[in-house]
Amino acid sequence: MLPTNIQTDRQGRLRHFLTIDGLSRGLLTEILDIAAGFAGVAAQAVKKVPLCRGKIVTNLFFETSTRTRTTFELAAKRLSADVLNLNISTSSTVKGETLLDTLRNLEAMHVDMFVVRHSDSGAAHFIAQHAAPHISVINAGDGRHAHPTQAMLDMYTIRHHKGDFGRLRVAIVGDVLHSRVARSQIAALNTLGTAEVRVIGPRTLIPSDARELGVHVFHDLTEGIRDVDVIIMLRLQRERMRGAMLPSEQEYFQLFGLTEERLGAAKPDAIVMHPGPINRGVEMDSQVADGPRSVILQQVSFGIAVRMAVIAMTLGAQSGHPGGGLDG
Amino acid sequence: MDRSTRISIRGGRLIDPANGVDGELDLHIEAGQVVGVGSAPVGFQADRILDARRLVVCPGLIDLCARLREPGAEHKATIRSETAAAAAAGITTLCCPPDTQPIIDTAAVAQLIQQTAQHWGKARVLPTGALTRGLMGEEISEMAALKRAGCVAMSNADHYIRNTLVQRRALEYAATFDLTTFLRPEDSYLRDQGCVHEGRVAARLGLPAIPVAAETVALARDLALAEQTGARLHFRGLSAARSCRMLAQAQQERLAVSADVSAHQLHLTEMDVEGFDSNCHLSPPLRTPTDRAALREAVAGGQIIAICSDHQPHEPDAKERPFPATESGISALETLLPLTLRLVQEGTLDLATALARLTVGPAAVLGLPFGRLDVGRVADVCVFDPLITWELSPETLVSHGRNSPFLGWEFQGRAAYTLLGGQLVYARPDLAP
Repeated sequence: MLPTNIQTDRQGRLRHFLTIDGLSRGLLTEILDIAAGFAGVAAQAVKKVPLCRGKIVTNLFFETSTRTRTTFELAAKRLSADVLNLNISTSSTVKGETLLDTLRNLEAMHVDMFVVRHSDSGAAHFIAQHAAPHISVINAGDGRHAHPTQAMLDMYTIRHHKGDFGRLRVAIVGDVLHSRVARSQIAALNTLGTAEVRVIGPRTLIPSDARELGVHVFHDLTEGIRDVDVIIMLRLQRERMRGAMLPSEQEYFQLFGLTEERLGAAKPDAIVMHPGPINRGVEMDSQVADGPRSVILQQVSFGIAVRMAVIAMTLGAQSGHPGGGLDG
Repeated sequence: MDRSTRISIRGGRLIDPANGVDGELDLHIEAGQVVGVGSAPVGFQADRILDARRLVVCPGLIDLCARLREPGAEHKATIRSETAAAAAAGITTLCCPPDTQPIIDTAAVAQLIQQTAQHWGKARVLPTGALTRGLMGEEISEMAALKRAGCVAMSNADHYIRNTLVQRRALEYAATFDLTTFLRPEDSYLRDQGCVHEGRVAARLGLPAIPVAAETVALARDLALAEQTGARLHFRGLSAARSCRMLAQAQQERLAVSADVSAHQLHLTEMDVEGFDSNCHLSPPLRTPTDRAALREAVAGGQIIAICSDHQPHEPDAKERPFPATESGISALETLLPLTLRLVQEGTLDLATALARLTVGPAAVLGLPFGRLDVGRVADVCVFDPLITWELSPETLVSHGRNSPFLGWEFQGRAAYTLLGGQLVYARPDLAP
């Protein structure tokens, strides 16, 4: 079984959104186009469209994340769906109740969609494979595997500022090894035809087979961001310090932290992105984070439009309507 | 049918690799032993004749690593259920690792397992004793007592002994009693939380990965200890091309080391993990096509002397979780012979060599007189149909474990009759008795 073919139905429409891997350029572009249509909704006096009225979207978060959950909730509500938030800390799960038990219970409440975050790679696939056929699953981050809506909002941001991907050089800086965001970004950038994708970091934080992902690997920040159009900084998890991955935050910042000075190596109009939350003084200087090249806050607001697009498309595919219509 | 029953297996192609036999020869059995190969002894009158025309007759298969889950995990499987599965797969002798619950670090547990197996009478179960107490890798176990209680080898199962001095002492102590030590070479620090091969698939799926070095670092250490101590070591379940080269070199240098491979490693690769198929969650992990090719070559060349099932039956819940949270292992007894025959069909091995890796090869590792069919031997016999094609499905599995990545595969070749000590313990239902 391929991981990707459960994502689309026979007509090639999006049924689940689990990973960027295996999705076509056309489909990714469609997501961005539909999101562009939704971007205006936030500016309206009534910030709602009735596309998903009567649908129940369940945020099923096995890992806590206020920000991602909130943007999904907001996106679903703007589509007029009802939202159920469930934070299931795995440690407090009553022993004996399996993930499948949890799913069956929720299915009995006639929900239409699971938005899933889980600490295990492959968890969203697992849920999509086992959920009742009428339920759509959106992956809101599974282990180190994928975070496709984050990647698509990043693509949206890049397209908004830079247009055509075919002429762009993009650098992703930091802990690629443990990053689901980076994996999805790399897949999306390559699918959209980006001229060059680079990853930059110490060898301890770059997968040994990174080249297989379709990237150029750099271990020097200045060299890696030379003449790039887009710099994506990854969040550094503090626990990496304990696993002998890095000696200290200070040394990391010295080598891979983005400063105004280092930014000079990139193209003059290069944009700086970060999936948040930022560790100021570890991944980047405050000067850069709050500076004119930073599009970090835009990423957050574009995130709602992109998630609206993905929710509408997957729910639309379920009821037989292509997701594109905004006339509902 | 009592032990004194006289059986003739007629008209089959007898392949007994240990004795260089391959030809149309009848086999005559009395009182649990082979009494005639080809012609029957004077005055022999068979009580029962098994028609083996168009079938292959070979020594009962010997599996160096099969977990039967009893005692301790009877919700997964039992000695009764799994020895029945073994019989249905042509396997007559099974070695079980010591990681039962309680652990096989006392004579009582070793005896209990053998008695239970004898009670059900479907396969010979030989326990391997724990190399260290509680498999903790700190204190060596009472190996002399374990040997007296029937343990045929010592092993620390999949638990790596981190303290190299303890490892050295354990190997020396086992060698004192002429016990072979089974080792699964895997450095637990390098393994860490890994669940798949560190390679292209892990990079893309973001699954915690196990580098080849986890195996080769441990193998290098243990080869050095084999040289230092002169102890006889058997490496279980090699997975990497480099391990094969290290093994071959050690064997050229006349170290007393042998090795086996799990049958699935000769067919699957990391690519089979695609789609997060939890039935491909294995330890050691599935590696690359290059590794698979090297393992096949080592099996053909005899550096790897045995093919094992590495049978690990699970209840459905153990596999119905996100990939990293699932338990590793395959329910594999019933694919051991079919997967090995597939190597013959693919031209990797000739039939006699393939059967040697399932009979005389593992018998040599154990230093036991099984796995051959000359006159006077115990009549453990596997009779299989080399041409029949069939599909593996949950319904065809006798094992309680239905966890197999080979479900839906079409195989050619399947056990027809199995005899354990001269007793018919399995006849394929569609074959008239």
